[in-house]
Amino acid sequence: MPNIITPDLFDHLVQLAALELEPDEADYLRRELNNQLKAIHELEAIPLEEDTPLASHGVPYTQQISPAMRTDEWIPYDNAEGILEETPEAEDGYILVPDIPHTDLE
Amino acid sequence: MELCDLPAHLLADLIRLREVSAVDAVESALGRITAVDGRSGMLDPNGMDPEDERKVHAFITLTENAARQRAQEIDEQLDRGEQLGPLAGVPFTVKDIFCVRGTPSTAGSRILANFIAPYTATPVVRMLDAGGVMLGKVNLDEFTYGSSNESSAFQPSPRNPWNPAHVPGGSSGGSSAAVAAGEGQLSLGTDTAGSIRQPAAFCGVVGMKPTYGRVSRYGLIAFGSSLDCPGPVAREVTDAALMLKVIAGPDPHDSTAANIPVEDYLAELGKGVRGLRIGLSPDYFRITYQDAETGEFSQAPIGKDIQSTVLRAAGRLAELGADIVEDVPMPHTQYGVPTYFVISRVEAASNLHRYDGVKYGYRSPHAVADLNKMYRKSRGQGFGPQPKLRILMGMYVSAAQYSEQYYSRALRVRTLIREDFLQAFNPQGPYRLDALLTPTTPTTAFPMGNVYGDSVLMQYADQLTVPANHAGIPGISLPAGLDKDGLPIGIQLLGPDFSEVKLLRIGRAYEKVTSEDEWRKAQPGVLSDL
Repeated sequence: MPNIITPDLFDHLVQLAALELEPDEADYLRRELNNQLKAIHELEAIPLEEDTPLASHGVPYTQQISPAMRTDEWIPYDNAEGILEETPEAEDGYILVPDIPHTDLE
Repeated sequence: MELCDLPAHLLADLIRLREVSAVDAVESALGRITAVDGRSGMLDPNGMDPEDERKVHAFITLTENAARQRAQEIDEQLDRGEQLGPLAGVPFTVKDIFCVRGTPSTAGSRILANFIAPYTATPVVRMLDAGGVMLGKVNLDEFTYGSSNESSAFQPSPRNPWNPAHVPGGSSGGSSAAVAAGEGQLSLGTDTAGSIRQPAAFCGVVGMKPTYGRVSRYGLIAFGSSLDCPGPVAREVTDAALMLKVIAGPDPHDSTAANIPVEDYLAELGKGVRGLRIGLSPDYFRITYQDAETGEFSQAPIGKDIQSTVLRAAGRLAELGADIVEDVPMPHTQYGVPTYFVISRVEAASNLHRYDGVKYGYRSPHAVADLNKMYRKSRGQGFGPQPKLRILMGMYVSAAQYSEQYYSRALRVRTLIREDFLQAFNPQGPYRLDALLTPTTPTTAFPMGNVYGDSVLMQYADQLTVPANHAGIPGISLPAGLDKDGLPIGIQLLGPDFSEVKLLRIGRAYEKVTSEDEWRKAQPGVLSDL
């Protein structure tokens, strides 16, 4: 089975995944991706009936076991500062980031 | 025997009766940690020394001061005659994939190494409310992505207490190693493909993956949101039942937590197995593996040691009055791993997009021109190879042009995997099983370094455990013997949705009938020098 993830396709995936990789690391990851795809290839051999449904979960969500919907109300949170303290860079309660790529309108 | 070697339920009784104090219990566990654990996992540890190779290294963060203070409070409450919860004074550890307010909550990753959780996960809250004393956070594979713990960014990674040259399994490797070595009676783990059951088997302890939704995932750093299950790691079945009763139940913070009452797992434990139907399937006595050279798939029987251990267990259960049903077909078992390669990667890629260097966690210190470059640098430097691999695979198999071929197909195969179980457990069907008895793992604990790096081979360590995650059903791994090298062998019981009470009951019956077996007298190697 040929390697499905070509260097070009790999570079495209790396862009989509918002990653920056070292060359050695990229070689390892591309090789492992192709090996995993060979394992996944096994799925194609399984005969599936047309009406086999998709299972996004194992245990089905039924009315009986699902919690009732919560009322749509604001509940104050006791540790907002704790959340803000975790931001790598903040100022006056605002999170700072580098320049956001943008186009100036005429 | 030291206090730290007692099972949780006995220790809890002694503390409640004031025969020992919570402080003594915690000091005993901390003493054991000092004796066997070595240095905790850390980023960039500057190599390994020979001493590291003899230690367990279960921990990333030890919270000994908080533990001592909490134990003191519990003793004072008991002195005042207050009624405390069922875990009062029992030391426990938490896999570092759960948020615990005010503690580093790292997921074993550089990208969260500096993250101090601002809130506490529901199952941890419940253990603390029940009087449990948290000793600290234990190591794991990075973001739980592995079966050996070697992928953690925090090194030295945990080692198997039975033989530290071998892996403890994973991803709840720190949890299982800690419990096996007497570093806390209980540990809270998670199981996405076998991550509680496989390391429990490797370390000779009890590990239970509850039904999906039985235990809330609130505060669990997400991997595969349709597969993740928090659950107990314990030394005995009674302890697992005790802990599950504490952590299970509906949670307003998690809409996937099932809204059904929690059964009294302890009350049913002694009811035995007479009349229960326990199945054996040939599909769990062989493994499918991929040839590294040709890429072709072959099948081979699992090792004789493991096979005979499971059959012997079936024999013992039959002597106790269980009906053993042979030749139960589970034809889609072999597709569990390839299906998992697709579903878990899509869910992982989706869940890992939140790590962007903006809100919390690691941000690259290098100056960059714009936000996109900051994302790439932070994620490139913060994630290790296994998360990167899962993100890339998830992006590929869910891309619009490939998703029919991969993702949709995998979700349909998942239906077939669940149908195998529905047929086996159907009360009107030909098999009418209460539980399926299988090996937990195809091998015992493998040597450190033997598999790590080969992401396909590593995943196949989960092939007997992952079908339960696809199906959502509960499973438990029980210690059942030792192989020729003295490494633990685990057996697994799988049951219908929300049948934890029955699995625990069978497990307890098995534990009781084997209590005098020779292998039960063996101790983990790291304890023999104490």
